[in-house]
Amino acid sequence: MKKILFALTATVALTAAGGAFAQDKFKACFIYVGSKTDGGWTQAHDIGRQMVDKELGDKVETVFLENVPEGPDASRAIERFARSGCGIIFTTSFGFMDQTVAAAEKFPDVKFEHATGYKTAPNLTTYNSRFYEGRYIIGQIAGEVSKTGVAGYIASFPIPEVVMGINSFLLGARSVNPDFKLKVVWVNTWFDAGKEADAAKALIDQGVDVITQHTDSTGPMQVAEERGIKAFGQAFDQIEAGPNAQMTAIEDTWGPYYVKQIKAAMDGTWEGGKSSWDGLKDGILSMAPYTNMPDDVKAQAEETQAKIESGELHPFTGPIKKQDGTEWLKEGEVSDDGTLLGMNFYVEGVDDKLPQ
Amino acid sequence: MDIFQSVLLTIATASTPLLIAAIGELVVERSGVLNLGVEGMMVIGAVCAFAASYLTGNPWIGVLAGILAGAVLSLLFGVLALSFATNQVATGLSLTLLGIGLSGMIGEDLVGRAGERLPNLDIPVLTDIPVIGRLLFGQDPLFYVSIALTAAVMWFLFRTRTGLTLRAIGDNHKSAHALGISVLKYRYLAVMFGGACAGLAGAHLSLVYTPQWVENMTAGRGWIALALVVFASWRPWRVIGGAYLFGAVTIGQLHAQALGFGIPSQLLSSLPYLATIVVLVLISRDRRLTVMNTPASLAQPFVPDR
Repeated sequence: MKKILFALTATVALTAAGGAFAQDKFKACFIYVGSKTDGGWTQAHDIGRQMVDKELGDKVETVFLENVPEGPDASRAIERFARSGCGIIFTTSFGFMDQTVAAAEKFPDVKFEHATGYKTAPNLTTYNSRFYEGRYIIGQIAGEVSKTGVAGYIASFPIPEVVMGINSFLLGARSVNPDFKLKVVWVNTWFDAGKEADAAKALIDQGVDVITQHTDSTGPMQVAEERGIKAFGQAFDQIEAGPNAQMTAIEDTWGPYYVKQIKAAMDGTWEGGKSSWDGLKDGILSMAPYTNMPDDVKAQAEETQAKIESGELHPFTGPIKKQDGTEWLKEGEVSDDGTLLGMNFYVEGVDDKLPQ
Repeated sequence: MDIFQSVLLTIATASTPLLIAAIGELVVERSGVLNLGVEGMMVIGAVCAFAASYLTGNPWIGVLAGILAGAVLSLLFGVLALSFATNQVATGLSLTLLGIGLSGMIGEDLVGRAGERLPNLDIPVLTDIPVIGRLLFGQDPLFYVSIALTAAVMWFLFRTRTGLTLRAIGDNHKSAHALGISVLKYRYLAVMFGGACAGLAGAHLSLVYTPQWVENMTAGRGWIALALVVFASWRPWRVIGGAYLFGAVTIGQLHAQALGFGIPSQLLSSLPYLATIVVLVLISRDRRLTVMNTPASLAQPFVPDR
């Protein structure tokens, strides 16, 4: 079913793309996992693409394909893009990793950029954002404002990115409340407003009074608003869905990176095999206005943000124990990026068994 | 609100759209037509309901718009599959594709807008009864509609002459035709009823479940509704059982995760489907029941003069 749908959208989108491809503009192509108006992850990428249009519009043509399923099906979309004259292809979801690697091998002349993955090639660079910096800040806010001392975390899939976020959130919360607890619910989807809302309700029924999510819809935010508890926006400022609930949101800002990379690809300075991993200080992610919280908590959050931006504070600084109680980082030791990008364990205090 | 009641309320909200869509499709299939476009009609219902509610500020107008939109889309299916006797499976599938695409287009400017929620029932005194008050007297209006609809369909199919005729058409459209019954008229009405129900189920999603519009927000619920009809072996009361079993296991597994039993979440997430399969196997052991209830001319095109 999904396949048919996908083939159809792919055909339509590529035909449309082909029609406009008469001039010798540089072609930059984007593969999206969701809809470009999902109010979250994919929309943030599309806003980045629009920035490319605005800044390089006279020299660059951008093309995108929405709702491309993760997994083997993505190959077809990526390869058709590669054949249709794309100079650079951005694949914007973790689940496109192996397909992007395969396509990069097959089309050595095309430049590839994969978001949030860890595999590179001579013509494949990865880019990512240090979301965990934002998650540390929201964890700290949760630790301060939660009366029950328990937060709920709606998680998508047990990939390093998500596990890293959960750990960072808890470390942030425990930095102000050492007994803080975290309940994790895996919904096994990136985008199902109803299911995410159900998970939020289940968590609230079990006594959490702050929820956060690593899924892409505003469903949980609405439930938080309805039940009068607090929440954090995901990938996008979701204040409209939760005017009294959202305390802040981790916003993704991909535009400047896209502009920079496409420019490099055009003037020949683009390099493959790199991994770019920028954070708050580079502006690739930012925090939505801090609101719906006491002034002192707000001041603390701003201070933490400033410390992270200046490099004074790294969320993953020892002493940190793993969930089973064994030591991970010694006093003052900072985790290396490799461990973070492949993170497959919880830190001490997470009340959940990590799906393997 | 105590946790027991709260959990049951969540289950009811999760099950209601499945029940409404499935009960509509049940009538369609009882008339011998297989419309696989439930997902498409549902998602169109969702976007139109949200749009109408957003523009007028009245969610009830949204509900009406959802019902209408579903019915109109099903009429398209009717023209193709009934009047032109196209392959019903292919037509239904394309209806789903059309619905998803069209809804995305209609709703492009509505994404992220805060919608009006259909208000819950609130009867003084009764709603405040502990434990069962909210459950019986304080839910969203469409919950009561879904139960009433199921009862009405039961009564219609098995207690009225028209219902008997509809089932006869579903079992053997040639005999029915020979008896002078207008097969296509009945089937058109059944298909439109199914479409209206799917649209209403969609309206529930965008006005009650999560009052917002996001592309593809049905997320496969139309397909679950289709499966529930087979699961229920075309019996209305079993559709209630199926929808609530599915809803209960879905919500239950989320609670199990939040409680932290340490059961792998992938296993828990597959539980609703496993439970459905197990019950289906148990039911299918009684061949008499399944064979007797399956509409014999299901998905067969009917051309009057052949």
